[in-house]
Amino acid sequence: MTAQPNRHPINDEFLLDYAAGTAPEPIALIVASHAALNPASRKALDQLEATGGALLQTIEPVSVDGGALDRALAHLDEMPSRPSHATPVGDSLLPPALRAYAPRGVDALPWRKRFGGLAEAELPCGSGERYKVSLLRIGAGRSIPRHTHRGEEMLLVLKGGFSDEHGHYVRGDVCFADESVDHRPVADQDGECLCLAVTEGPIWLKGLLGFFLSPFLRR
Amino acid sequence: MPRLVAVTAALDDRAMPPGLSDGRPDAPAAGEMHADAVLAIARHGDRAAFARLFEFFAPRVKAYLMRLGADDGAAEDLMQDVMLTVWRRAPTYDPALAGVSTWIFTIARNRRIDALRRGRRPPMDMLEPELRPEAPAAPDSAVAAQQWERRIATAIATLPPEQSQMLRLAYFEDRSHSDIAEALKLPLGTVKSRLRLAIGRLRSIFESEAAA
Repeated sequence: MTAQPNRHPINDEFLLDYAAGTAPEPIALIVASHAALNPASRKALDQLEATGGALLQTIEPVSVDGGALDRALAHLDEMPSRPSHATPVGDSLLPPALRAYAPRGVDALPWRKRFGGLAEAELPCGSGERYKVSLLRIGAGRSIPRHTHRGEEMLLVLKGGFSDEHGHYVRGDVCFADESVDHRPVADQDGECLCLAVTEGPIWLKGLLGFFLSPFLRR
Repeated sequence: MPRLVAVTAALDDRAMPPGLSDGRPDAPAAGEMHADAVLAIARHGDRAAFARLFEFFAPRVKAYLMRLGADDGAAEDLMQDVMLTVWRRAPTYDPALAGVSTWIFTIARNRRIDALRRGRRPPMDMLEPELRPEAPAAPDSAVAAQQWERRIATAIATLPPEQSQMLRLAYFEDRSHSDIAEALKLPLGTVKSRLRLAIGRLRSIFESEAAA
């Protein structure tokens, strides 16, 4: 693949929240998934984590328990010095961060047909009611109906591609929309498009058709 | 000297990291010494090296956890957990990818999130080499990674106070940007623009490093 300009990275603000460890789980999930597919965002994340490291270095230290070191040393014996971490197994289409949410692969998820060639599988993601996290399958050449948002919506392309009024998005790209955006993503003609969608608040479909279809996209 | 210490303490987080301006002769190599300690743990389970890391990082990791709202006891326990994770994960530490402070910061951050999620879906360790698709870094970048941390620390110390304050709030307070705005009685746009400016400034340091 030829090097392309990084046209559709995720917003810096979300990278910062991820690096700082304050992002809610749905945001952390889409940031980690995106950064695994987009080297520029990965680099930006590395820089923000290094900033966290520098802040840790310069934080005003507090005193620890008198016996803290001895306690730690005593536990070293129970713990072999070797890694216990492994790449999660699962669908290689999914970035590692997403695999834990679809342990048996994309096809095994509880897909529900929506309308117009759209299918949705909701992913359980602990964040209460604020966000909805799902995978979306948009059939080749089909579209998500024109809609606006009460809050923020992010779509991360995992397979295929889609276009809206603002550009063309392929694997690793993030399409961000909020209250001010009214858009209609259309999948590329040459195949199905698979996206991770993180949506804040309800989505409002436009037009009369949208009025009748809205309950299908809302929770 | 005690006076300087007092002033530095009063400045709290604006204090320079060891080795930048406090004149301790051994300090400039602190990052490299920490990296050597982690490598010694990885190679032969060096307990003395672990004790050296513990001495520097345990009080800072605990401070970090307390800033984020843990009480003394919980912070002490989680700090133990973080330091034992440092021991266990030492073989996966790659000095070319990150400085030791950065690596330990991500461990502390992730262990904290893990504790909050009660072990359900632990956060990804993005520094885990096997999770990085890119080619390995150049051999001399091990030194570069340690130097980065120092330069960033220097840069943070030279940011306008309102920007460095915002940066610390972003990393050390578990609050949304709008909560921060509310607490500081600032418009949300101001909080976001200060953060953007601070990040932009730090990023330009990385870019100039990369170009050098």
